[in-house]
Amino acid sequence: MGVIREFIKGLRVTGGTMLRTITGEELVTTEYPKEMRQKPPRFHGRHVLNRYPDGMEKCIGCELCAGVCPAKCIFVRGMDNDPENPTSPGERFGFVYEINMLRCIFCALCVEACPTEAITMTHLFEMSTTNREDAIYTRETLLMDEKGGVPHMFPDDELADMDELAVADGWVKATAPSGMTSYQGVKMWQGTPGPGDWDPEPGQSELDARSPTEDDDG
Amino acid sequence: MSWPEFGIIAFRVVVTFVLLLVVTVINVWAERKILADMQSRIGPSRAGPWGILQTVADGLKLFFKESVIPRKVELGMYLLAPFLAIIPAFLIFMMVPWGKPFMIGDHEVALQGADLNIGLLFILAMSSMAVYGVVLAGWSSGSKYPLLGAVRATAQAISYEAAMGLAMVAVVVFTATQGEGGTLSMAEIVERQTGTWGDISPVLSFVPRWNLFPQFAAFAIFLVAIVAETNRAPFDLVEAEQELVGGFHTEYSGMRFAMFFLAEYVNIFSMSAIAATLFLGGWAGPTFEGSLPGLISGSLPTIYFLIKTYAIVFIFFWLRATLPRLRYDQLMTLGWKRLIPAALTWLVISTVAIGFRQFGAPWS
Repeated sequence: MGVIREFIKGLRVTGGTMLRTITGEELVTTEYPKEMRQKPPRFHGRHVLNRYPDGMEKCIGCELCAGVCPAKCIFVRGMDNDPENPTSPGERFGFVYEINMLRCIFCALCVEACPTEAITMTHLFEMSTTNREDAIYTRETLLMDEKGGVPHMFPDDELADMDELAVADGWVKATAPSGMTSYQGVKMWQGTPGPGDWDPEPGQSELDARSPTEDDDG
Repeated sequence: MSWPEFGIIAFRVVVTFVLLLVVTVINVWAERKILADMQSRIGPSRAGPWGILQTVADGLKLFFKESVIPRKVELGMYLLAPFLAIIPAFLIFMMVPWGKPFMIGDHEVALQGADLNIGLLFILAMSSMAVYGVVLAGWSSGSKYPLLGAVRATAQAISYEAAMGLAMVAVVVFTATQGEGGTLSMAEIVERQTGTWGDISPVLSFVPRWNLFPQFAAFAIFLVAIVAETNRAPFDLVEAEQELVGGFHTEYSGMRFAMFFLAEYVNIFSMSAIAATLFLGGWAGPTFEGSLPGLISGSLPTIYFLIKTYAIVFIFFWLRATLPRLRYDQLMTLGWKRLIPAALTWLVISTVAIGFRQFGAPWS
């Protein structure tokens, strides 16, 4: 008779689950493309190359990300900045930046290796393509636009959620040491939790204090 | 045979066939939906409202797929097997009365494919024939997994058919006492279950005259046996995915696979319909003739029949969501050492009890 008791116990589990699912109490799945779920804050999605609020690129072309990548999917070539019209605050900038998304394992070691927080990960994960070349993300696709949004490979795709792109994980580390002083302390876009608020770069405050007029006059 | 009679027979057969196809389409969807609910999922939701056209979409997909014929198959048998599986499945349901007979002029229209006077025997015969489809499919595929599935199907069908037949015999013996003489006709068995048990005691005048109440043990045995007979979980060793890939239909694809799939769901429905007919009174129920419009009171029996049948179909789905598959020796133990002795014992008890009621004690 023990068998029958266990049998009824089992039927009660499935029957109870059914009732709770019908009332929506225990439903664990969602109708995915219609209904997007809130992803965990530290979700490892596709990469983005951040900018400083003044529009400067953060990437300095140091290739540390490419070096640390266990899947060897990142290809970076740096190039010297034009002194008149620099692309990044540093000496060099990432002239070529490619990530092969077919090889990437989304470990975020590149994010940890980056000395300038230039590369971070967004919440985007819809990256399917119909040919392999499209899976190689270039600098144009990876770079954040002026408003802090992330370019999407296929903006017309029904899965492209533009609102989600606008709140990408592009947290900003103060401003560039050699950036414009008027941007000091200004946080322009803040996506998901980064390391928190950052102090101004040491050089930037000094630069501000040592503005030519004040310095020269005393 | 006159033309009106021919027309009535054609109408009966075609409507029964269409009804079976429609409920099968709904059953496949219902199983997926109920299974999803029991696993906290949503289930099919895209094709049509609540995904109800999912089966149609699947069917169309299978229809346009290539039907691969592997090189080592025994071609004749391989092509024949799906038909051997599906034809008995449809023929079984032809025996089930699914509505109250009505009159057009002076011709009676029975809502039943065919009312054979040996209805129950025909059902037993056809459910044995259905095994040939599975066995031949497994054997002719020329591959080891289908063969193993087929061998299992043979043993399983034989073991559980015995218990199923014995449970039916108990009902037949009991039914013989409910009217004039014994009968194997399904229509007659339903007819004898109309009304209530009021004549035994006035307290029971609200209890329907179903065979379920006097034959509860036979019902339990029958229920287990039909689950095994239709090769459904937890007795689905014939197509055990984890061990045998797809079981007997591993080598079938496209429309030929769809026929096995259809046969399985048709079998579930017809076996449930037979259980409802034998034990739950089929279409019997209050029709409120006179106080309701004729069309409603005429279609109420069909609705009762569908409700009763779906209650049993739901048990099939519920079992599938709940129980893990039996080991093969457990299956055989349950069949030969539990169900058949239980069915035999019940047959003896029930027959003796009926004899006492009918003829009085021999010593008196």
